[in-house]
Amino acid sequence: MQLLMFYILGFGAVLSALLLVTSKKPVNAAMSLIATMFCLAGLYVLLDAHLVAVLQILVYAGAVMVLFLFVIMLLNIQEKEGRLAGSTIALQFVSILGVGMVFVIAASLVKVRGALPTGGELFPFGTTKAVGSMLFTEYLLPFEIASMLLLAAIVGAVILAKRRISDAKP
Amino acid sequence: MLTWSLGFLILMVKLGAVLLFLLLAAAYLVWLERKFLARLQVRYGPNRAGKYGLLQPIADMIKMLTKEDTIPEGADRVIFLLAPAVVTVTALLMFAVIPFGGDLSFLGKRIPMVIADLNIGLLFVFALSSLGVYGIALGGWASNSKYSLLGGIRGAAQMISYELSLGLSLVPVVMLAGSFSLVDIVRAQEAYPFILVQPLAFVIFVISAMAESKRIPFDLPEAENELGAGYHTEYSGIRFGLFFLGEYVNMQVLGALVAVLFLGGWSGPFLSGPAWFCIKILVVALVMIWIRGTLPRLRYDQLMALGWKVLIPLALVNIVVTGAVILI
Repeated sequence: MQLLMFYILGFGAVLSALLLVTSKKPVNAAMSLIATMFCLAGLYVLLDAHLVAVLQILVYAGAVMVLFLFVIMLLNIQEKEGRLAGSTIALQFVSILGVGMVFVIAASLVKVRGALPTGGELFPFGTTKAVGSMLFTEYLLPFEIASMLLLAAIVGAVILAKRRISDAKP
Repeated sequence: MLTWSLGFLILMVKLGAVLLFLLLAAAYLVWLERKFLARLQVRYGPNRAGKYGLLQPIADMIKMLTKEDTIPEGADRVIFLLAPAVVTVTALLMFAVIPFGGDLSFLGKRIPMVIADLNIGLLFVFALSSLGVYGIALGGWASNSKYSLLGGIRGAAQMISYELSLGLSLVPVVMLAGSFSLVDIVRAQEAYPFILVQPLAFVIFVISAMAESKRIPFDLPEAENELGAGYHTEYSGIRFGLFFLGEYVNMQVLGALVAVLFLGGWSGPFLSGPAWFCIKILVVALVMIWIRGTLPRLRYDQLMALGWKVLIPLALVNIVVTGAVILI
């Protein structure tokens, strides 16, 4: 059952990722990306990482992608002029598959399978408790640095936006 | 095998009961809103179909189901057809984690009165409510109409802004209960409901929740006098009905969340758990209708200023104060 779910979700993630890079309409591409996020969230649930799964949907599908859509709608980005030639699409597919294969081969070379705990001995790395205690003990410094980085980005965005308003006024 | 199929049967019965109740309650919530609003405005409200207009929801339902389902020219067909369903489905799915009562014992088995008691229940609700934005934004965009697009963009901006204060206002509740599970949050309120210790969080939550469900002081995405009907201007028939249904199911979700998070959920004297729960939802819904009949619509800049400059800072202060009190 779990294996079946894994294959369904994995197939869905790969398929929607392919649709993302091949669709010509920006909105359709954004929707495909949302579908990819959902499939990844499903994979996290299979790993018992419920918190990570919900945060994946909440942050990426729910917030980041809404902003993407917002920009697409505001700028009214239209379908790209002219059709992509069949050979271009084929080339895209081949290159994506090629890159994917390189990753798979590299992963099997470093024997990821042996390093990961299998089946029943999975430690609960994605539950609320595990993530919380890890975030505030072992990874406290990176966590704080990341928050400072985000704060700097917010301040920078505000300054850029403000300057344009004051420029336009006189 | 027997226990598995029994569990499956119980799950299906629970799903069916909740779905039936929600849809019926949504229909009669419309009736209640129209009747109560009419009373507030010294009118009669619907009184033609049946006694006190009680058959009005059924008449409306038949009307919506039989009307022509039009798709405007130049609309993005797939997204246009999909968007209303997103609104309704996300609203209905939220009820999966909301507990209606304490445990029930049946044939010696303990049956919890909740469809799924997830240990991340509250985050699940937030995730779904953040997905509800897509129905509004995409529905408005796909209609290929200026009014709809404006409504959709307004809706997306408003819901993103108020989601933040909605989430932040509930952090103190989670801190007090020590769990994201809605069942545990209700259990933590056995001594006293959280509204007594978290009045500020309660006020912030109710305001943001009303903005999140686009009820009247915050109904800019569908402001009739500026935008026609906003994001659902181009919808007709049952697709419009799905938007409408989503809005009223959302109202029930908010009532249920307020009841679970601040009013002690299903607990109360004399009556059974589900009865108390329904009463609490009804009271919250009536207050929301009352507010609708009292307050005028906000201006767009007022809406954004209220969300970003008042509610979010207040919610952050509330988190710090609650944390300090818990530590002491």
